[in-house]
Amino acid sequence: MTVIWTGMVVISILCGLATGRGPEVAAAAVEGTSAAVQLALSIAGMLCLWTGVMEVMRRSGLADKLSQMLGPVLRRLFPQAARDAETMDSISANVSANLLGLGSAATPLGLEAARRLARRSPGVASDSLCMLVVCNTASIQLIPTTVASVRAAQGCAAPFDILPAVWLASSLSVGVGILACIIFSKIWRD
Amino acid sequence: MDLFFTMLVPLTIASIALYAAGRGVDVYSALVQGAGSGLETLVKIIPALVGLMTAVYMLRASGALELLAGALAPALDRLGLPSELLPLMLVRPISGSAALGVGAELISTYGPDSDLGRTAAVMLGSTETTFYTIAVYFGAVGITKTRYAVPAALCADLTGFLAAAWAVRICFGSGI
Repeated sequence: MTVIWTGMVVISILCGLATGRGPEVAAAAVEGTSAAVQLALSIAGMLCLWTGVMEVMRRSGLADKLSQMLGPVLRRLFPQAARDAETMDSISANVSANLLGLGSAATPLGLEAARRLARRSPGVASDSLCMLVVCNTASIQLIPTTVASVRAAQGCAAPFDILPAVWLASSLSVGVGILACIIFSKIWRD
Repeated sequence: MDLFFTMLVPLTIASIALYAAGRGVDVYSALVQGAGSGLETLVKIIPALVGLMTAVYMLRASGALELLAGALAPALDRLGLPSELLPLMLVRPISGSAALGVGAELISTYGPDSDLGRTAAVMLGSTETTFYTIAVYFGAVGITKTRYAVPAALCADLTGFLAAAWAVRICFGSGI
């Protein structure tokens, strides 16, 4: 991140000077800071409401139910881990937390699953571990609350009208990720 | 159909509340406590948001993004991706808060109900912070040989971007 951030700032200044937009770049530096705080404030309400609803979901046992339902599908995706019940439990809990958008719950669960998967091959990512990581790098959140909050903050009347498009794009992206893992696991030579 | 998706969210909230109340959960205190943790998350991302949006604003004002987008536009056009969204696609795999900042900027510039605004929103909603996630997972369990995890994850990201543009065209019948 250090390289990227410093690079962005340096390139902006060089490019701004070259194109004669130095003063605009200087103004933008000030403008950007308050835009960031405004953005955070404008999405705060909806974001809080959703994390609240998700907490209700977790306490009522809905999240556990979802993770039980996912079991059979996940055993097929993680054949090497299928016999280890505890590993499969943390994988299902991770995936269902991701589906529900419980990001802060998903990461510790996913890391627990990753630790268990990594014990068999220290230092090297096994097929199951690659699958777990790729599933976590693709978004499978059913209700993208943050982006809906941003749309609502910009005066959008129906911020959730993008849901079908998001589901379509997410499933294609996850599908290709899983497919890529399966194909790579057959042809990858270390 | 439109009404269904508009009502889906309030109906979801209501059903969750009813179900939880039926199972004896103290719905209101769970809601308030959860909302508090949402606020904590938000407070945690503000510093990163300030740092990154400042850099993104500077980059935009300098004209560097237009130069890059101009250079890549023919390739993006061929893939059906609008070049206005290039900055979003570049930062998305690296930083979640930067992508949120760039996305919010695009949505406000073009309007939340424009094709570009919608595509930006769908891209944000259907992809993740790939490199950050990979670093966290492999870092936490001490993996140094990541094998095919990065290429497979990038395949998924690229598909997500292409599919976002395509899905908006299908769902909203527009012609970007």
